[in-house]
Amino acid sequence: MRRWLATLFLAAPAALAGTPADLLGAYEAQAKRAGAAFAGFSAARGAALYRGGGSATCASCHSPSPLQPGRHARTGKSIAPLAPAANPARLTDPAKTEKWFGRNCRDVLARDCTAQEKGDFVRFLMNAN
Amino acid sequence: MKLRRIAPVFVLALSVTATGALLASGEPSEHGNLIPQSANAKWKSECGACHVAYPPALLPARSWEKLMAGLADHFGEDASLDPATAREIREYLVRESGDRGAGRTGRKAANAVAPADAPMRITATRWFRHEHDEIAPAVWRRAAIGSPANCGACHKGAADLDFSERRVAIPRDTGRPGAGQVSLGAR
Repeated sequence: MRRWLATLFLAAPAALAGTPADLLGAYEAQAKRAGAAFAGFSAARGAALYRGGGSATCASCHSPSPLQPGRHARTGKSIAPLAPAANPARLTDPAKTEKWFGRNCRDVLARDCTAQEKGDFVRFLMNAN
Repeated sequence: MKLRRIAPVFVLALSVTATGALLASGEPSEHGNLIPQSANAKWKSECGACHVAYPPALLPARSWEKLMAGLADHFGEDASLDPATAREIREYLVRESGDRGAGRTGRKAANAVAPADAPMRITATRWFRHEHDEIAPAVWRRAAIGSPANCGACHKGAADLDFSERRVAIPRDTGRPGAGQVSLGAR
């Protein structure tokens, strides 16, 4: 048990800390590079993305509100809230955020999300309170 | 003459000792063997993100190889990992697997798998079905349980790989997840 804890503490600083605003800035830079006139991020578009999709949506596991804990639709495991207002650890580890955008966009939309969509989504989560 | 009189006593003593040893190695304490020889933080956090980080000992190495080669479609979900993390976890799972690891329970579970098989679900193994043969199908379907894959619904120590009988509490069927529990350990 002590060895387990030691491993956890050693592993912790490896995660790059960041803020949700940093993340938003990175997606903005990406969206601008992707061409097309960039006109900012929209929480409303992010909310539509959160609730939209086919049989599976973000909300089906993350609960209808990003301020509430969710429950994995198949395994039943509880999922901590997505919005930083309810869970300050969210959107602070860019690699983790990218990993989940990758997996979940492919599961829900059957494709990768664009930087514009990721930014809209992050904006929606940051605004939730 | 003397020997013949002692012999039955000796046999009796032996059988008592053997029973004791059998009990000592029996179900509850044996599950201690599900704890891997070494820890791996990535296995715990990555696998444990969506479900209990299942004990590596409960599948043979070939099963873990197959599973880790198909993370993009992991039981219908995308569980992709970056290549370095995937390799580290795969090597860990193989090292601690039922047939390569040190635990006796794992060896038993792996031995119960036909050599040509590489099951992807622990719940599909003969070992798992045998261990849970007293659980009726309707119990698995209870709202707070859902499926046999949800170890933590009944095994309260599952997150720490403690599967001892003492930590088992089967939730009642209340329709409300997590409500009302029947403790098996209190019997």
